[in-house]
Amino acid sequence: MKEEDPILVYKDIAKIYRGGNVAVEHINLTIHKGDFVCLIGTSGSGKTTTMRMINRMLEPTSGEILYNGQDIHKTDPVTLRRHIGYVIQNIGLMPHMTIYENITLVPKLLKWPEEKKREKAKELIKLVELPEEFLDRYPSELSGGQQQRIGVVRALAANQDLILMDEPFGALDPITRESLQELVKNLQEKMGKTVVFVTHDMDEALKLATDIVVMDGGHIIQNATPKELLSHPANKFVEDLIGSERLIQARADVTTVGQIMLKNPVSITPGRSLAEAIRLMRQRRVDTLLVTDDDGYLKGFIDIESLDNRYNKATSVSDILNTHIFYVTDDVLLRDTVDRILKRGLKYVPVVDAAGKLQGIVTRAALVDVVYDTIWGDSDDTDSETSDEPVIKNLDTDAPNDKEA
Amino acid sequence: MSTMNTWDQFWYYLVHNGSYILSQFTRHFLISIYGVLIAAIIGIPIGILIARHKHLSATVIGIANVIQTIPSLAMLSIIMLGLGLGVNTVIVTVFLYSLLPIIKNTYTGMENVDRNILDSGKGMGMTSFQVLYMVELPLSLSVIMAGIRNALVVAIGITAIGAFVGAGGLGDIIVRGTNATNGGAIILAGALPTALMAIISDWVLGFLQRKLESRG
Repeated sequence: MKEEDPILVYKDIAKIYRGGNVAVEHINLTIHKGDFVCLIGTSGSGKTTTMRMINRMLEPTSGEILYNGQDIHKTDPVTLRRHIGYVIQNIGLMPHMTIYENITLVPKLLKWPEEKKREKAKELIKLVELPEEFLDRYPSELSGGQQQRIGVVRALAANQDLILMDEPFGALDPITRESLQELVKNLQEKMGKTVVFVTHDMDEALKLATDIVVMDGGHIIQNATPKELLSHPANKFVEDLIGSERLIQARADVTTVGQIMLKNPVSITPGRSLAEAIRLMRQRRVDTLLVTDDDGYLKGFIDIESLDNRYNKATSVSDILNTHIFYVTDDVLLRDTVDRILKRGLKYVPVVDAAGKLQGIVTRAALVDVVYDTIWGDSDDTDSETSDEPVIKNLDTDAPNDKEA
Repeated sequence: MSTMNTWDQFWYYLVHNGSYILSQFTRHFLISIYGVLIAAIIGIPIGILIARHKHLSATVIGIANVIQTIPSLAMLSIIMLGLGLGVNTVIVTVFLYSLLPIIKNTYTGMENVDRNILDSGKGMGMTSFQVLYMVELPLSLSVIMAGIRNALVVAIGITAIGAFVGAGGLGDIIVRGTNATNGGAIILAGALPTALMAIISDWVLGFLQRKLESRG
């Protein structure tokens, strides 16, 4: 979706209060449609200020914000706000209005006809799995979690594409918070909404965001995907914010296959003779060869068993090629691959890129590395990414290995 | 007559002058209501104004406070100098006394509306007028009502004194009683309905106020 025009662009935004108090400065940020952006930082970092400038609850001192390519400073703030969903920490439901009136508040401002409002309210309350009777109740008759569910769907009532959330789940208990996080994530993915989410909870950000913007002292420190953030924190501040424990724990969750695979798997093309194949196997001390075509696209594999059985009948690699091969792409999470390797009892998994070109191989030995790092900390965490040779060879000599290093 | 005790005399007066008491009761009530109503019409917008422009609040509430401290008889006399004898003087006095509780309660009511609710209302795209009549006023209505209730009870008392400037009302009956020899029964015939009116008004408005509070 990244190819589309960005839905929101910050151009060198600053907010400086009278007396020279800098709230935010040099904010440059591009948000695309369908992104889930988490602004995270300590209090006073300017994350809420940054968010509130989107619907002009605050005006920047300098710079401009483009919403769908239009300078928001030139649009009417009231019209703008009616098209941007808004959810705040303390729920903000109108205590004197029923749930129905609360949900249909923006549609009412937009003067929707009554039937359309009623229909929308029913649809939305179903979406958050609350009974329809709740529409006639007042907010005080609902629990905190239920109220915030209503707060969330209220922001969707007028089909807003962009939704702003300011620490919406801060005041909820952990279990309720978790279920609401799931709700928001599901809604966002299902309905393709763009969300700008302010939080100080790193777990929440890692769980929900597609992009995390770390802020401190009114500046953006790092803008990265959760994966990047965990694998390459920009500085000590970001590391502290993430927490060392989480950095280690999260590694298996965010490491992709591409990061730990061995980069030069032993491969052969189908046109070569079996004599060449067996020589290569002996030379590299492996029992299996991956077979690729001349351009490097993975075709299958041959192993010593089939080669032995059919050596007399067959002459070239293509004759004994086994095309039933299980492979993964390099952007798949390691966690998922580990599961498969262990469950299927595979000795190795070839790794291809999106186009099907052979990139490398993940062996059981490489997994040992990852587990080792997870348990013993990050003293030598680069090893898992660059494949430390000797360890692998000693542990797993019967898998196709890279011996050149 | 002189053989009857005060209570018997009171009943006798009540029975024989029932319609007179009723007409004075109505007059008394209307004078109070008019004063409070005008104060509400002017005081509520002032309260809203000073809630929006906080720097004005100290001055405005200060002035209203000063008005409140003037003794009611003195106030009646001062206004009488301008407006002369009659009902208008009393209505203006009631109006002036009602301003403080109404302005102050409107201001307090508006101030006490949860900032988060205002923020979410504005953030959802309400104009500032919509925030006022869809959120702020409904939510501060019970506090404003408490101010009106206060004002009305005070107004009923002031109207009683208004008899001295010739406005009529139940105060008239009280004055009549004080001027008569052994007029205890007549005083009661004026004072008891006045007290009753104050108590009932207080109760009714209190009920209304609680009703407004309990919503939501």
